[in-house]
Amino acid sequence: MTVTVYVPRDSSARAVGADEVAVALTAEAARRGDDIRIVRNGSRGMLWLEPFVEVDVDGTRIGYGPVQPGDVAELLDAGLLSGADHAVKHGAVDEISWLTRQDRLMYARMGVIDPLDLGDYQAHGGLVGLRKAVSMAPQDVVDVVTASGLRGRGGAGFPAGRKWQTVLGAPGDTKYICCNADEGDSGTYADRMLMEGDPFTLLEGMTIAGLAVGATQGYIYLRSEYPDARDILGAAIEAAREFGWLGGDVLGSGRAFDISVRMGAGAYICGEETSMLDSLEGKRGMVRAKPPLPALEGLFGKPTVVNNVLTLGSVPFVLAEGADAYASRGLDRSLGTQIFQLAGNIKQGGVVELGFGVTLRELVEDFGGGTASGRPIRAIQVGGPLGSYLTADQLDLPLEYETFAAAGAMVGHGGIVVHDDTVDMAQMARFAMEFCSEESCGKCTPCRVGSTRGVEVIDKMTAGDDRTGNLTLLLDLCDVMTDGSLCAMGGLTPMPVRSALTKFPEDFGLTPQEVTP
Amino acid sequence: MTERSLSEMPGGASYDAADPDSARVRALAEARSGELGPLMEILHDIQHTVGYLPASTVPVLADVLNLSRAEVHGVVSFYSDFRTSPPAATTVAICRGEACQAVGAEALVDHAKTKLGVGVGEQSADGSVGLEQIFCFGNCALGPTATVAGRLRGRLTPASLDALIDDAAPGARQ
Repeated sequence: MTVTVYVPRDSSARAVGADEVAVALTAEAARRGDDIRIVRNGSRGMLWLEPFVEVDVDGTRIGYGPVQPGDVAELLDAGLLSGADHAVKHGAVDEISWLTRQDRLMYARMGVIDPLDLGDYQAHGGLVGLRKAVSMAPQDVVDVVTASGLRGRGGAGFPAGRKWQTVLGAPGDTKYICCNADEGDSGTYADRMLMEGDPFTLLEGMTIAGLAVGATQGYIYLRSEYPDARDILGAAIEAAREFGWLGGDVLGSGRAFDISVRMGAGAYICGEETSMLDSLEGKRGMVRAKPPLPALEGLFGKPTVVNNVLTLGSVPFVLAEGADAYASRGLDRSLGTQIFQLAGNIKQGGVVELGFGVTLRELVEDFGGGTASGRPIRAIQVGGPLGSYLTADQLDLPLEYETFAAAGAMVGHGGIVVHDDTVDMAQMARFAMEFCSEESCGKCTPCRVGSTRGVEVIDKMTAGDDRTGNLTLLLDLCDVMTDGSLCAMGGLTPMPVRSALTKFPEDFGLTPQEVTP
Repeated sequence: MTERSLSEMPGGASYDAADPDSARVRALAEARSGELGPLMEILHDIQHTVGYLPASTVPVLADVLNLSRAEVHGVVSFYSDFRTSPPAATTVAICRGEACQAVGAEALVDHAKTKLGVGVGEQSADGSVGLEQIFCFGNCALGPTATVAGRLRGRLTPASLDALIDDAAPGARQ
């Protein structure tokens, strides 16, 4: 009897040997005459266990990991194909508490299905949302999304329904859906995992958005650092066209919608929505002034929905299960679930989907298991390179947009980067400025020039050159960047800098009194 | 086009609308010239085909797409992926994002500089190996991360990076 073995094709799994494991399994099984079928699934998100191999034993998937290519022969000897015990066995995957403690809505199929098998996708709830949307009036679809409370997952948290309503109401025959897949924030990889592990969910969300606002063309703006996602999305789009989903007649509705992937070229700023639109048009990725809103004058000057991968990826569930089911998760005005991503110096790194309101401690300690180095946590950066640094004393903060904002921090795209006590926070502050100077589009002076001056001022401080005078200068510079920058790049770079200064003054050779305003 | 038009632009870029790759460049441009805003896509196509953007890129694309040379040059120079000279035979690109820094990326960059004898953004004199920095491959739970000859690798140590480099570029300087 053929035994099905799952070996992830997720690029993080591949980066630590999943391809070699798949090759070794094929070769060893052939040598032994074992009849196996290898499915390259997405990752379950327990990345510290990658390569994580699953074996289907009488309908139950048994997990082993991390598996190295050199372990394969020994694992087969031990009885891998019948789910036998082994030091790296984790038992039935469905019963692993790291997974059962989560509330996977958008990520329900992640690691479960073959990412490019439309039959598998539908057998696990795929296309239910789109089939409903096809039979609904556009306004009704927008109303469901509005009622769900879904907010933009790219970082800004703008209500998705309100954006869709604006585009639906905008005059014009040509409208676009643009998916921002320029996931440039270090510490975030949930977009990548969805695109690689369950691409149809994103395509379904985009199609629903297109039907809702009257757009017939969607673009995915994908960063060039994600070549695997490009290949998988391309194959998924082809499969959806052949199926009669994408193209001139969406699931027999008589309405058209198609999707193209366009690649970025290594510019962080193109994750900013207006810069992304310019880049999609084939131009330099320069930030545009707002207004006009992209919802009214977006791509090629047409009304455009710009949403993040995770925003659009949430939509199929919202349509399938209803607004109330989605809004029953979360806290206050942050409704639904977020894909939190544990990264950096973390023992058990990976993705955790839970309703907003989960605390940092639950994520970093309970799920993450503390630092990988075993040393104490010193600083945690939430929300990407433009997010504030938090201390180990702030672990009880619930991850919720407004609570974080009140604490001078931001949830952003849900990335959580842990640093142990060896981190030099003056160097991290310097890096924030250096990164901004590397990646600034150059349109506005506070960002373009301020970031370079910021690096210089921090260098003077750490060299011991007039620390208090330069501190005044740095804080002043942060004010100018915050108040005077055109977009979040220059406007938020002071967040990590200020938080490093006020919470870790000793790293700058300063006392707490000196940095207290 | 028989007349050679050679010109210098700020930054030392030299254009040659009749370089040996110009026919390929023109064909790639014309293949997409009917699309909306195709410039970035065409640049990717050219770089994928030729390995870099040859001297004919700017003048030929300006001609085919009815753009000014300045507009095409502006796009080429804006994006860090686009290169106007051939890449090294083997490129080592190390992530310097915060998540990888938290597990030793800066030390890995320093190690690679010493091992390869080049700085970040440089390549060896014989063109055999080059070192680049990247901000995030999305492998943030399994860093430090780099690509060696285009292949993504995580959980790197100086020793495992050395082994990957020695495998991909046996002649790389020690």
